[in-house]
Amino acid sequence: MFTRPTDDLGVTITFEGNAVRARDGDSVAAALLAAGHLVFRETAVSGAPRGPFCMMGACFDCLVEIDSEPARQACMVRVAEGMRVRRQRGAADYASAEAVE
Amino acid sequence: MRDQADTRYDVMVVGGGMVGSALAYGMARAGARVALLDEGDLALRAARGNFGLVWTQSKGDGMPAYVRLTRESAQLWHKFSDELSGHAGRDIGYRQQGGLDFCLDEADFAECSARIARLHNQSGIEAPRMVMLDRAELQALMPATRLGQRVVGALLCHDDGHVNPLYVLRGLHAGLRANGGEHLPGPPVTAVEATARGFVAHRADGFVTAERVVVAAGVHTQWLAAMVGIDLQVRPVRGQNIVTERLPRMLPLPASALRQTEEGVVQIGVTYEDGVDQPATTVPGLAGMAARAVRVLPDLANARMVRAWGALRPMTPDGFPAYAASATHPGAFACACHSGVTLAAAHVNRVAPKILAGDLSAFAAFDPARFKGMQHVHAAH
Repeated sequence: MFTRPTDDLGVTITFEGNAVRARDGDSVAAALLAAGHLVFRETAVSGAPRGPFCMMGACFDCLVEIDSEPARQACMVRVAEGMRVRRQRGAADYASAEAVE
Repeated sequence: MRDQADTRYDVMVVGGGMVGSALAYGMARAGARVALLDEGDLALRAARGNFGLVWTQSKGDGMPAYVRLTRESAQLWHKFSDELSGHAGRDIGYRQQGGLDFCLDEADFAECSARIARLHNQSGIEAPRMVMLDRAELQALMPATRLGQRVVGALLCHDDGHVNPLYVLRGLHAGLRANGGEHLPGPPVTAVEATARGFVAHRADGFVTAERVVVAAGVHTQWLAAMVGIDLQVRPVRGQNIVTERLPRMLPLPASALRQTEEGVVQIGVTYEDGVDQPATTVPGLAGMAARAVRVLPDLANARMVRAWGALRPMTPDGFPAYAASATHPGAFACACHSGVTLAAAHVNRVAPKILAGDLSAFAAFDPARFKGMQHVHAAH
């Protein structure tokens, strides 16, 4: 689907536990798309599969879990070595997170 | 827009927001040939920035006629919602199971209790059906909701509900067209004048003529209404909004400044800011709103904000609606209020027929002549 202009892929992240090689400076969304991954999440309402639409932080369709933090915008986060990315399945559940009162 | 000198409308409405669209739809449904002069995406459109509550609990303290109109509209909303969903081509999301006002300390609780007493004293059995719930009663009402430690209770109003305001507006516009009306988005109306046969409204792309004119232009109502001899003071009062990402169900009933939509989005309000003319957001405004929301629902603390915006409410000097017929220009009317969603059902079913009949005497209590010599009551809502 996408062809990289360079094969200088010096960063490795994981997506759903599988290694994905990325270029330093890629957004997570760009890295996953370039590796052929189109489904980033399942929607909170119907569970329908979704992937990046705008690639500029507006559409919130590229949400993924990054290093255990839910609902990150994949297009707005740069890859980092060893980053663990998983699909965002349904709504982020913050109820178990520590409350800030 | 073509020059429409040869098209004779029975009535044109200046303003395609929540109030103007409801009046235009109501008059078209009643058989009138209606033109709705609207703007485009850059309009200062509270109809696309508001919170979406169908709300009686806070309305009309000091004006029993407004209490009655609000309650009547809330009752009309049940049937009106089905009608609008039909026009919108989808469920507009109206849910009426009661509405809350959370109390975060005893002073809040006392103030809500006093409000119930005042509305009851002023309006008797016509007052909205409200009770105070202590924390245990509130928790029993929504057992799955994790309430913040500071929540001491809430006001519960059985007559309140909420709706998706964007679908309401879509339904009104579609309903207008389905009843032969014309929705005319375009440049803002720059002038309204009386002619020998009625009125003409001018825009950069042409003009429209009609036998009657209704000015319902939100924060622009005052200067447009003045062109047809109506003195109706309106000032902008900004309200800011936050929406979160879609979240698991955590709030089964809408609350003042806090509701969860059908889709799971939590919407957080709200500010009352005077002296501004731009629908911007401010960090202190948003931070204050978010902090209060987290005190009510601690699970929101880590949720992500998806968007925030500000909108300008059209606010009259006493905060209550104004419906006016021109004494100097027969056939000209003006309407303004900040509760366009709650009152939409009444605007369609009650006010629009009276404007068509040319007789607003049933709404004499809402004549803006009452504003003469009145100071604006700031932060009224």
